[in-house]
Amino acid sequence: MRFAIPVFPGSNCDKDCLHVLGNVLGQDAFFVFHKEKTLPATDVVVLPGGFSYGDYLRSGAIARFSPIMDDVIRFANAGGIVVGICNGFQIMLEAGLLPGGMRLNTCGHFVCKDVWLRVENGETIFTRKAGKGAILGMPIAHAEGNYYAPPDLLKEIEDNGQVLFRYCDQDGNVTPEMNPNGAVNNIAGIMNREGNCFGMMPHPERASECILGGDQGRILFESLIAAGGGSVCKCGCRG
Amino acid sequence: MNEQLKAFAVAGGLNEEEIAKILGFIGRDPTIAEIAAFSAMWNEHVSYKSSRKYLKTFPTRGPRVLVGPGENAGVVDVGDGWAISFKMESHNHPSYIEPFQGAATGVGGILRDIFTMGARPIANMDSLRFGSLSHPRTRYLVNGVVAGISYYGNCMGVPTIGGELVFDPTYDGNCLINVFTLGVVKADGVFYGKAAGVGNPVIYMGPATGRDGMGGASMASAAFDEKAAEKRPTVQVGDAFCEKVVLECTLELMKSGLVLGIQDMGAAGLTCSTFEMADRAKMGMKVDLSKVPQRAANMTPQEILLSESQERMLLVCERGNEEGVLEICRKWDIPGAVIGEVTDTRQMEMWFNGEKVVDLPINLLTDEAPLYDRPWAEPAGLAERWKVPAFTVGDLKDEFLGLIDDPSFRSKAPVFQKYDHMVQLRTVVRPGDGDAAVMRLLETGTNRGVAMTSDGNSPACWLHPYNGAFNIIAEACLNLACVGARGIALTDCLNFGNPERPDVMWEFKEVVAGLSEACIAFDTPVTGGNVSFYNETAGTSIQPTPVVGVVGLVEDCDRVAGTFFTREDEAIVLLGCEDFSFDASLYARLKTGKVCGFVRKADAKRHSALCELIVRGIEKGIVTAAHDVSEGGLLWAIAESVVGNGVGATLDNVGTEPAELFGEAPSMAFVTVPEADLSCLTLMAEELGVQAVRIGTTGGDTLNVKGAFTVPVTDLTAASRKPL
Repeated sequence: MRFAIPVFPGSNCDKDCLHVLGNVLGQDAFFVFHKEKTLPATDVVVLPGGFSYGDYLRSGAIARFSPIMDDVIRFANAGGIVVGICNGFQIMLEAGLLPGGMRLNTCGHFVCKDVWLRVENGETIFTRKAGKGAILGMPIAHAEGNYYAPPDLLKEIEDNGQVLFRYCDQDGNVTPEMNPNGAVNNIAGIMNREGNCFGMMPHPERASECILGGDQGRILFESLIAAGGGSVCKCGCRG
Repeated sequence: MNEQLKAFAVAGGLNEEEIAKILGFIGRDPTIAEIAAFSAMWNEHVSYKSSRKYLKTFPTRGPRVLVGPGENAGVVDVGDGWAISFKMESHNHPSYIEPFQGAATGVGGILRDIFTMGARPIANMDSLRFGSLSHPRTRYLVNGVVAGISYYGNCMGVPTIGGELVFDPTYDGNCLINVFTLGVVKADGVFYGKAAGVGNPVIYMGPATGRDGMGGASMASAAFDEKAAEKRPTVQVGDAFCEKVVLECTLELMKSGLVLGIQDMGAAGLTCSTFEMADRAKMGMKVDLSKVPQRAANMTPQEILLSESQERMLLVCERGNEEGVLEICRKWDIPGAVIGEVTDTRQMEMWFNGEKVVDLPINLLTDEAPLYDRPWAEPAGLAERWKVPAFTVGDLKDEFLGLIDDPSFRSKAPVFQKYDHMVQLRTVVRPGDGDAAVMRLLETGTNRGVAMTSDGNSPACWLHPYNGAFNIIAEACLNLACVGARGIALTDCLNFGNPERPDVMWEFKEVVAGLSEACIAFDTPVTGGNVSFYNETAGTSIQPTPVVGVVGLVEDCDRVAGTFFTREDEAIVLLGCEDFSFDASLYARLKTGKVCGFVRKADAKRHSALCELIVRGIEKGIVTAAHDVSEGGLLWAIAESVVGNGVGATLDNVGTEPAELFGEAPSMAFVTVPEADLSCLTLMAEELGVQAVRIGTTGGDTLNVKGAFTVPVTDLTAASRKPL
């Protein structure tokens, strides 16, 4: 499958996504510079993490106006698959591709650590291989991951099954103690109503090889690839 | 020289003798811009005028060393056509005045030094030393410094994967912020800070120059007094986002083949970069300062020369290629401007609005910079420090719990979690999980990795500068061994007090000699670093604090070890044959309230054998955890290995004398191996002549010291999780 990875000034997980999609999963992954006005032919757009435009104003607020974003929005509105990870998620919120908004972590600073996620909706092209109730470990690394939606919108998102992941403990219990950033309802990732746009704060690309401490994030990319009829190279972990 | 000029020179840190020297050299009154250039180049921070004599004695060569000291950073071969570039630098003075910006721009500066060499930065480490936790300024400094490092490193997408966090009253008036960056570069793709080729254009690249950081290098070359806070405007202001874009732009420029030579503008800004680039190539340079992009109105030439505005680069390309360079700058929205050209006159000529404001032979500011052979003298009463006053030892369990109540036992995880330590998908051993961090080198196409650690020990260096300095390299190599790496090279930051004091100069001389001997003994040449003098406030100098960043190679990233016990029922084996004693120990310091005792020098041969044994054990896949026994002694180290995964231990073969439990010794470590592999380890130890003694077994939910006491693992965990 083809994965386009837009590179904004300040993106810094772009190469990580390219490595996992290209080298680990054997897909056709490539960069698109943010000044391009049109996306090359692609199956999926992955908006990578980082500090696009230095997070000035608000995280994602300026990248949303980069030239390439018009075509990303057009692609999404036409049903194309768009995945936003960390800063990519923030950009999607700013671009209106996903509902809600992001606030500063309640602890007030950047946090990088492993967290547990419970899959809340296993019937999406992003989570199908994991399945509802699966518990996945992967890292977070952000200062603004405190997801918020006003009560009416939140109810709508919850009722529609748009919540993909919640922060939980190792046994899947969703508790305030396991919430690393204050996100409403422990929400770690969501999708749009149509199910073609996905955003999450944790980094599945950092949990795709055992040598880095775990590979439970890889299943999300594998789901996408399976949904697209593709196959992944089976490079399992040693040891 | 008229009074106004003289006042400007003195304000810039030049003394009477140096002013006379300038007048003697040029035979006329210098312009104000020329004085600015001299003050920027002749200060301690840039010229190393008090330390050059000694730095020359460092071993700097080795089969792996591709670039040694003198360039922006050293470069070391790691095989398969790849190399690493790394360096450590201090940002002590600015961080004490303005912790957030001081630390942030320290990180920004060392990152530029690395990508200037053509290397993509892949790891940062930060060795941080602050005053005692009870000092009123300490928490303000810690919070600001950690936030500044977090801001800059995270935004740059360079993981911060190690370092130190030390609290000691010796730093009450001067914090030490030593930052280290390591990057990866093709062995044949290294760039140099040379302005080669007559007529080639000199190009300024980066954000416009402002009035920030004016005279920062001079500020960092003087002691603090009660007016330190007034120096706040000399601290630069960092923009990590800008530097991230400058990084990508620079690497693309290098890849394009258009760049001939390049240097960042760090300390002493445009002055240092123009003079040094021309000097290295033995060329001259013409520069039109009016063409330098400026963000403040009505800047004077001396302000342009002294500004330390951040994130700026200076480069030279082939004549005719300037448009190609500027095109790439435009792609990244980074200002670029041709500001001059290379000449063969060896003269620096600078104009401003059509008027020639600088006309100086370049070597006057570089080779002819003052070189001082400052007087040194051993401090009086040194031998007094070596006596450990008598103290009483109470109940062993209470003593142990009291010892690990010291803040240095506490987990640094709350700090590391503020740093992105995983971006770039390289971190195989994370900060805090091993005695060193390990990063895989994906680009080499092998499973090879690079390990790194930073170490310093000011109490030991105050007690015995030579042996203390020797031992910090020994300890760093042991730290590397404990993750499965062999040390290959190092960088150092030498933090000292006022070099005009003979006792400080003696400490410096001894430390350099001790480090030098260790570099040879452990085959780890120095490839670069820096010296920070004048860490003095109101007449009080810090204890001598050399800090080393030592880099090692891991042959197979699937064969590494961490600090923590991972499985139950494994044998714990103590390696090494030194006697533990209270000399120079943390325990004795806490009991007597004094830094005291003699510092034994590690035995190089025995120490190297110990390191080699641990690495071989890890490479063979039998060692499951490894940890050196250093500050705090044996039980402290065991407790550290227990708390990580909550796997307890029973020690049934250790002495119960207090010195054996809480004393310290160089060259000691322990490893865990499965029972079935114990004989294999013993055999390997015999081959290398290392003493190996099984002292206990992992498992259970207590730390049980047979014949002494038992502590629940939860109590140890609680002690380590106490907030700093």
